[in-house]
Amino acid sequence: MITESTALTALAGGALIGVAAVMLMGLTGRIAGVSGIAAQMLPPWDGAVAGRFAFVAGLVVATLVVRVTTGSLPPLTLEAGPIALVAAGLLVGFGAVWGNGCTSGHGVCGIASLSPRSIVATLVFMATAVATTFLVRHVM
Amino acid sequence: MTVLIQFIVGIVFGLGLLLSGMSNPEKVLNFLDLAAIRTGGWDPSLILVMAGAVGVTLAGFRLVFRRQRPLLGDRFHLPPPPTLDWRIATGPAVFGIGWGLAGICPGPAFVALGYGSPAIVLFVVAMMIGIAAARMLASRQPSLTAALPE
Repeated sequence: MITESTALTALAGGALIGVAAVMLMGLTGRIAGVSGIAAQMLPPWDGAVAGRFAFVAGLVVATLVVRVTTGSLPPLTLEAGPIALVAAGLLVGFGAVWGNGCTSGHGVCGIASLSPRSIVATLVFMATAVATTFLVRHVM
Repeated sequence: MTVLIQFIVGIVFGLGLLLSGMSNPEKVLNFLDLAAIRTGGWDPSLILVMAGAVGVTLAGFRLVFRRQRPLLGDRFHLPPPPTLDWRIATGPAVFGIGWGLAGICPGPAFVALGYGSPAIVLFVVAMMIGIAAARMLASRQPSLTAALPE
C-alpha cells in the first residue's frame, strides 16, 4: 500500500524525538537508545531499572495521549505474517544488543555525537534492511 | 522524580514516533523499498525524521555537555570508547535484516503495544527473547560485557 510522503510531520516528529533524546541526556545523563533501555529492563537489575520501565511505559502511553487529544490513532499496517514477525523480533532484539544499539541509540544519539561506530552501525543496518525489503517485496 | 521524568521523556519520544509516521511499519518499509523509486511508491519521509532528530540532538547535546554532569544525575552514562570490532558490523547487519523483514524497530514496537494488537505483542515478546539471548552470549565473553548498551 502506498503511504503518502509527509514532509512536515516527519520533520516535526523527528525533532520531537531529538527533544526527548536531549531531555534524557540533560536530565538523567542517559542515552535514549531504546534497545539498550529494553536490555537493561531484564535482570540482573540495578538501581536505575524503575526509570527504564517508566520510559517504556511512556512510549506505550503516548498512543493514549494521541487517542485522547485527536480522537484517533495514525494507521498501523503490518505486512508481515506471524512467522515473519517472530523471526523479525528475534533478529531485531538480538542484533540491536549484539551491535550495542538500534535506530535510536546509533541512528539518532550516536550520529548526533559523531561517533564513528554509530555511523558504521547505521550504514550497515540501513544496507541490510534495504536488501531484506527488496528480497521480501520483489524476489520472494 | 527521575522516574517521572523518564516517563515523560518516553511519552515525548513516543509522540515523536507517532507524529513522524515511524510507528507505522508500512511507512518504514516504503522507505526501505528503494526499488519503488522507479514505480513511484517510495516514501522518503524517514530521511526527514532522521534529519529532524539528529539535528535537534546534535545541537542539544552540545548545550548539555557544557555542564559537568546532568541536572538530576551524578554523571553522564556514555557508551564505551569508539572501537571498531566485529560486533559493530555483525550486530547491526542482523538488526537490519529483522528491521527489513517487518518494518519494526524497538521504539516503534513499544509504541505499537498501545494499539492493543496481538501481532505486536508477538513481535515484542520475540524481540525481548532476542535481547536476552544477545545479553547472555555477550556475558560469556567477559571482555565484551562492558560494551553492553546503557
